[in-house]
Amino acid sequence: MSAYDLLIAPFADYGFMRRALVACLCLALGSGPIGVFLMLRRMSLMGDAMSHAVLPGAAIGYLVAGSLSLTAMGIGGLIAGLSVALLSGAVSRSTVLQEDASFASFYLTSLALGVLIVSLRGSNIDLLHVLFGTILAIDGPALALIGGITSMTLVILAIIYRPLVAECFDPGFLRTVGGRGPVYHALFLLLVVLNMVASFQALGTLMAVGLMMLPAAIAQLWARGLTAMMALAAATAAVSGYAGLIASYHLELASGPTIIMTAAVIYGFSILFSPSGFARRLFPRPHLAG
Amino acid sequence: MSALLTLDNLTVTYDRHPAVHHVSGFFRAGSLTAIAGPNGAGKSTLMKAIMGELRPAKGRVQHQLVRSDFGYLPQAADINRRFPISVLDTVLLGAWRHTGAFKANGPKEYAQAAEALSAVGLGGFERRPIGSLSAGQFQRVLFARLLLQDAKVILLDEPFTAIDARTTEDLLNIVAHWHGEGRTVIAVLHDLEQVRTHFPETLLLARECIAWGPTADVMSVGNLLKARMMAEHWDDGAGVCEPPVAGTSMSQPPLGKPSIEEPAA
Repeated sequence: MSAYDLLIAPFADYGFMRRALVACLCLALGSGPIGVFLMLRRMSLMGDAMSHAVLPGAAIGYLVAGSLSLTAMGIGGLIAGLSVALLSGAVSRSTVLQEDASFASFYLTSLALGVLIVSLRGSNIDLLHVLFGTILAIDGPALALIGGITSMTLVILAIIYRPLVAECFDPGFLRTVGGRGPVYHALFLLLVVLNMVASFQALGTLMAVGLMMLPAAIAQLWARGLTAMMALAAATAAVSGYAGLIASYHLELASGPTIIMTAAVIYGFSILFSPSGFARRLFPRPHLAG
Repeated sequence: MSALLTLDNLTVTYDRHPAVHHVSGFFRAGSLTAIAGPNGAGKSTLMKAIMGELRPAKGRVQHQLVRSDFGYLPQAADINRRFPISVLDTVLLGAWRHTGAFKANGPKEYAQAAEALSAVGLGGFERRPIGSLSAGQFQRVLFARLLLQDAKVILLDEPFTAIDARTTEDLLNIVAHWHGEGRTVIAVLHDLEQVRTHFPETLLLARECIAWGPTADVMSVGNLLKARMMAEHWDDGAGVCEPPVAGTSMSQPPLGKPSIEEPAA
């Protein structure tokens, strides 16, 4: 098998592989930076919770459309994700519950509701599709939706960059200068939910966060500056997407999980060999003179 | 000089228990005031009330200032010290009044940031990530950001806690410099020696205002003893506070159980 057969032929020969690859690259560009901000806000697990929250909305969209229509499910997911984010925010502001606790309550409710709705009507196969995605079935409109969400994410991130950084780094300061931190927080949550909806068909609700958090964690292990971190996260996600698709094609594995596993392998490697990793602890370099 | 910030019978409560109780008085424009008092005296609470972060249960804080006239350094800032941001970018946040959320930093802001950093003795630290700084160095960075904020009123809440003598001295010089420029500075401090040496005016707080005025008068043995006698705990059986007698800042002791305990010998 030549290098061409191994690395390029799957995409040259099959349209569905090409669309899957483009979808992965788009998702990587948007999800990478979003994941870095989620991690820096110490909301890594919140992202996970949010992805579950998207499920009932998608399920209702699925029921209404009567098929696995990405548009209907996407709109439903968007509404459900945003309501859970806003509701849990409101609950944590008005009760003694911390945001993580109220989030957990809402997403568990959401997940149960979602699975219930899907099981009312659909078969187990449908449920599997919703939970784990069908990246190889992405069509033109779905690709346009993903590309649109990615473009919007990057533009909005560029616009709200400074206030978002200030809100993550020192929310108290932003408050004293009247910087409307909650507005930017809400906008950021909107971007998170949008990106979840985008990665929904590709990876499914359960693994949608994988392409956000694993690359973000990898980036934090290697990079020091914020810009470098976001670039590295996007690059890692893109590489995982490409390598995952190649591997799943040749080894005949399910694509979504293979992509996430690829990212996980890079993560494992980073834990061992990054500057703060295990290897550096075992073989320390001599310290500097000053 | 005139009153810049007036506390009008200010009471701030947590769970209905007063942390600041019927405090009245004013800060003159251009004054340099220390707020002293025992732990739990309501010093930080008063600062938060002035900043509008806590709503008074009674009374009010009166001023004609806008938000950007204030510079505030809280005691336990919820700053994420591990955030990947450089010293320079942190200081540049102080230019918010000019740049807002979206406008780019110009050469003027960069020059001011460099100047502020050398004023706090951190010239050459621009590119360092804040995670690599010591507590003292980080406090210097926050002072540099305050310098850039160009605020009329500067509130510092325990700015020198866990900071070494040399850094404290440098930062006190900046406070004196602000005072010289005619800015109004209010600082919560627990080191009484520092208060006596560097702050012309003092508000001695023990939930209620014990004394407020020239430091030498305020820091009398009698006043300090009175401040120390403040009961630290909440009185669970406390009754509803009666309106204060006009013309004093002290409240009547609540009816029923007395709220002030006898001091331990």
